[in-house]
Amino acid sequence: MVNYIYLTILLPLLGFLINGVFGKRIKNEKLIGAIGSGAVGLSFLIVLITFFQTLQLPVGERRQEVELFTWLSAGGLNVKFAYLVDQLSLVMALVVTGVGFLIHVYSIGYMHGDKSFWRFFAYLNLFIFAMMNLILADNFVLLFLGWEGVGLCSYLLIGFWYNRKFEKGTTSQAAKKAFVVNRIGDFGFLLGMFLIFMTFDSLNFQEVFSKAELFPVSEKVFSFIALFLFIGATGKSAQIPLFVWLPDAMAGPTPVSALIHAATMVTAGVYMVARCSIIFASAPAIMTLIAVVGLLTAFFAATVGLVQNDIKKVLAYSTVSQLGYMFLAMGVGAFTSGIFHVMTHAFFKALLFLGAGSVIHSMHDEQDIRHYGGLKKYMPRTYLTFLIAALAISGFPGLSGFFSKDEILWYAYAQGNIVLWIVGVLTAVMTAFYMFRLVFLTFYGKERFSHDVHPHESPSLMTVPLMVLAFLSVVGGYIGLPAIFSGEGGNLFESWLAPVFTSAERKLEVYGSHTHSEEFLLMFVSVVAALGSIYFAYYVYTKRQDIAERTSQKFKGLYRLLLNKYFVDEAYEAAVVQPIQKGSETLLWKFTDSKIIDGVVNGSAALIDRTAGFIRRFQTGVAQFYALIMIAGIAIALFWIIISL
Amino acid sequence: MNVIPIEYYLTLSAFMFATGVTGVLIRKNAIVVFMCIELMLNSANLTLVAFSSYLGSSAGHIFVFFVMTVAAAEAAVGLAIIIAIFRNKLTVNIDEINIFKW
Repeated sequence: MVNYIYLTILLPLLGFLINGVFGKRIKNEKLIGAIGSGAVGLSFLIVLITFFQTLQLPVGERRQEVELFTWLSAGGLNVKFAYLVDQLSLVMALVVTGVGFLIHVYSIGYMHGDKSFWRFFAYLNLFIFAMMNLILADNFVLLFLGWEGVGLCSYLLIGFWYNRKFEKGTTSQAAKKAFVVNRIGDFGFLLGMFLIFMTFDSLNFQEVFSKAELFPVSEKVFSFIALFLFIGATGKSAQIPLFVWLPDAMAGPTPVSALIHAATMVTAGVYMVARCSIIFASAPAIMTLIAVVGLLTAFFAATVGLVQNDIKKVLAYSTVSQLGYMFLAMGVGAFTSGIFHVMTHAFFKALLFLGAGSVIHSMHDEQDIRHYGGLKKYMPRTYLTFLIAALAISGFPGLSGFFSKDEILWYAYAQGNIVLWIVGVLTAVMTAFYMFRLVFLTFYGKERFSHDVHPHESPSLMTVPLMVLAFLSVVGGYIGLPAIFSGEGGNLFESWLAPVFTSAERKLEVYGSHTHSEEFLLMFVSVVAALGSIYFAYYVYTKRQDIAERTSQKFKGLYRLLLNKYFVDEAYEAAVVQPIQKGSETLLWKFTDSKIIDGVVNGSAALIDRTAGFIRRFQTGVAQFYALIMIAGIAIALFWIIISL
Repeated sequence: MNVIPIEYYLTLSAFMFATGVTGVLIRKNAIVVFMCIELMLNSANLTLVAFSSYLGSSAGHIFVFFVMTVAAAEAAVGLAIIIAIFRNKLTVNIDEINIFKW
């Protein structure tokens, strides 16, 4: 089946072409939805079969390459359309096609009646196509194709409702912001690619990584490569300093937020770091940088999430925060845990977004949680699944988020230091708090919406995907059960992924001699803290609403700072956007373009005009004058010939 | 028998040519300009014949016939044009015929 892996990429492309070209004429929503979901569903089946077949192979043969054709060949550069099926790409592909399929199905219900229903599904399929390219690519160029492709789809889908207002601007502005910020990261990624090609003379993963392991390359070169690649990752995966686009990406339809801006695309940066683990492992300084940036992002995004009032905004900052966790894991060399968190996060964060979408859907596009309340009895399924997801992300023992998050925190302590762990736990506490603030404000308490709004449970087309994801959020953690619960080597997920990271881990010389009792203690502390935080949220938002208000009154400055997201957008506006706009206007447009470029063009025209105006006076129309000049010419020529004889 | 030296022919021819050129340049009447052109052609003919006889080759003679033929044709066309212009502008003063300009 591995030889048919290209079908997983081709089918979504086909779906995109069919819906994109004929969608407008098909008009039948069910058919369009079936084509879109079917393409992804089939892809999922193919990946699943490939996964089980790979599972039966001996460990040494699980890395399989499928070569299709040569894409470009110029000098030493030889890029093939070749796909790499190994443990890492299979995990990612399963998540993307699996969660992607559920979200496609959900979208049939959510987008029902939209005038551009077909366009939505065309874009979604195009996204899956690009994302699968990114994941299965066997070289950097093909990965970059997917990398840019998902960026484009993200842009198209954020601005899907292009004529709607969004905050202070329009959705198109949010889309442009996402695209431009991503471009900054992509530029870093490109530089990294150039440097890799310069250093290793190849862009093929296998060649580059084996050379990176064996060649005597200086740490400085590795550091630059790793730094540039990480800049690319900060753009795509919304880390400090390039995270600003993700909260604005919520302008898109909610299934898009679930699919692209929570479950799949934003984890592309994490995937890329994991894929290039050997390069990063060779640059310890950059590893530390990644851990610190990840942790800071996790922490600051969580603080912002505490006070936001837009349900999707809270989830967006929560996503940024969780992505920070993943990078923390990468930074301390716990690649497996990072990918594990990518997977569990895909389940529960997609579930949270889809649940939020279900609420928004039934509340007629109201997104402010202050106007919700008491929805539990109107939409029991949404409530239950949302609650499960919230428990999972808060690290409630036994749910998927608990295992993945505690593993990351444990490695942050074991391979980093105690400060990383403390900030990580603080973030986890805040996560639990803002998630349950959402839950209690949305589903409990008094009904704060107006009487002409009649909340209702969403159709089963939407709730069934919610239930499947809820199931996965509960059980998804058990494939990565930490060693302390399952004994040595009992972590299935880790032993599955281990071959991908062996060389990187060998280089890092990780795994200190910490005991299980330490791990239990740390786990206990973080669980108690998270549970306490949940109870505190319960107490504040169902019993003593006044505490929240009084606290925000008391710390007015801090509250305003958080509510306005640390004024990062404003700072960027003042420090980057305005200077560029002003500079473009005064220097580039009004000076360079108007004066220099136009000056040269118009000036040369004017020069010719004036010269011609002078010369044309010789054309008198009097034949005798012409004859005179002719004869003068002949005379001069003759004279010339005679004296040169 | 004394042969007239070739220098005489050439001098005469040069004089005729110079007269023709001067006439073309300074005369205002188109007919006179026309006649001056004929003068230049004939001075060229004279040179050709003189050299032909001096070198004992008949090529020059034959060339002269060509020139005379072309000159006759040219005279016919040229005069026709002058008449046409005269009909339009009622003048053959070439200073006033200056429409070929910007």
